[in-house]
Amino acid sequence: MSIKGKAYIAGIYEHPTRLAKDISLAQIHAQVAKGALEDAGLTKDDVDGYFCAGDAPGLGPMSMVEYMGLKPRHVDSTDTGGSSYVLHVGHAAEAIAAGKCKVALITLAGRPRAEGMATGTVPRSRGGTPTPDEPFEFPYGPTVVNMYAMCAMRHMYEFGTTSEQLAWIKVAASHHAQYNPHALLKDVVTVEEVVNSPVISDPLHRLDCCVITDGGGAIVVVAPEIAARLKRPKVKLIGAGEFVKTQMGGKVDLTYSGARFSGKAAFDEAGVKPGDIKFAAIYDSFTITVLMQLEDLGFCEKGKGGAFVADGNLISGVGKLPFNTDGGGLCSNHPGNRGGLTKVLEAVRQLRGEAHPKVQVKNCDLAVAHGTGGSLGLRHGSATVILERE
Amino acid sequence: MAETQAEKKERKLPAPAVSPETQAYWDAAAEGKLLVKKCTACGQCHHYPRSICPFCFSDKTEWIESSGKGTIYSYSVMRRAPVPYAMAYVTLAEGPRMVTNIVDCDFDKLKCEQPVKVVFKPTDGGPPLPMFTPV
Repeated sequence: MSIKGKAYIAGIYEHPTRLAKDISLAQIHAQVAKGALEDAGLTKDDVDGYFCAGDAPGLGPMSMVEYMGLKPRHVDSTDTGGSSYVLHVGHAAEAIAAGKCKVALITLAGRPRAEGMATGTVPRSRGGTPTPDEPFEFPYGPTVVNMYAMCAMRHMYEFGTTSEQLAWIKVAASHHAQYNPHALLKDVVTVEEVVNSPVISDPLHRLDCCVITDGGGAIVVVAPEIAARLKRPKVKLIGAGEFVKTQMGGKVDLTYSGARFSGKAAFDEAGVKPGDIKFAAIYDSFTITVLMQLEDLGFCEKGKGGAFVADGNLISGVGKLPFNTDGGGLCSNHPGNRGGLTKVLEAVRQLRGEAHPKVQVKNCDLAVAHGTGGSLGLRHGSATVILERE
Repeated sequence: MAETQAEKKERKLPAPAVSPETQAYWDAAAEGKLLVKKCTACGQCHHYPRSICPFCFSDKTEWIESSGKGTIYSYSVMRRAPVPYAMAYVTLAEGPRMVTNIVDCDFDKLKCEQPVKVVFKPTDGGPPLPMFTPV
């Protein structure tokens, strides 16, 4: 069974806040749900499928189902970190295609800024029963930044990738963020400013990192017959793929990501090629994340990502592959340290023609949204969706 | 500069959580030996150690002693830490790559594929951790 053409994204919403001191976690989930349902022209009572991940308070979906007064006949709380919500779009389409629901709601929320979380620079233990890997990793001090940094270090060693090339990814994001009134960082930065910002963990500088923000977002995925009676522009899901990449029992290879497999699955299902894509929403926890995913999704040859992203190639209206035109996680928003959902949102805006006029891609009829969750250098979940304007 | 600071301030290492499945690994570490799990069915070594081989799923795995020699696969010096440290993957001579730290060295001179050897560093109330230092 293929999900091609079996589901549409009918509603989206991104919370405008970047610092949620006076809003509860559950409240943000409900606010973004309300926003996305209103965007679609649907109500809470239309929802019969609910999707969330580990950022939702409580056990799986249950607390939020209760808080929002939902009555879902299908739930899915698969957690692959920040890529969960891209994966949920695919799973929602599968559920819809199988007749298990018709209106699927996906929500994300988080408050790491309000809670003062040291997101990227302090090793995190999950507590409770240790995972089997934890005794062999946690005591050594793996953090979000240094594990991604090791991918960058190896990429530089094998392929000659440079800090200046990585910096171009931040530069492109900043060119887009200047037009987003909600972006946390609105200033356009230069390659020099990125490489001269303080090193957090070699070879990644502060400006190679994404922002830390509160907020959230929601997506409403619906069956074709529901989409047909709604008034919003129709965004059709035509391909989805997912993969979990690990250290492979000690055969870890830091030079590629699970996008190699999730991307191929999504492109094969959609029957399109990377060269057909007009807009790419690419998970951007760090500059290296973008570079590796672009290679693995097939936008350029492995090892040639540095040359591909340089000289503004990712800037809308300038380069060949406009990416993250809302400023992405690198400049605008990375709600709850989980940036996959906002990737889908900007892809939908582009396909609807509702991106900011300064960054709107002309005739944008085909887009990819891709997420990486967990740690690129330890183990991560990859999810890819291909979306088409109808 | 950061290294001078590191010399003054001692980095406290948390104790690894020992389980029945990995007790032998940590007992050996306490004696200054690095163990690796080897599968007697497919002949491959893996890391972190499991009782069931992640390659062929045989439950016939055994502990072997590693030579303690390896090379740096990748590394990153965590500058934004109270005491900077070098996170790394080391490729053991026996094959597997393991998460570790590179210690007792000038962090600014580290390189990928640099030869290293195992050393053991005490933890806070637990068995010592195998780490690596340039040869």
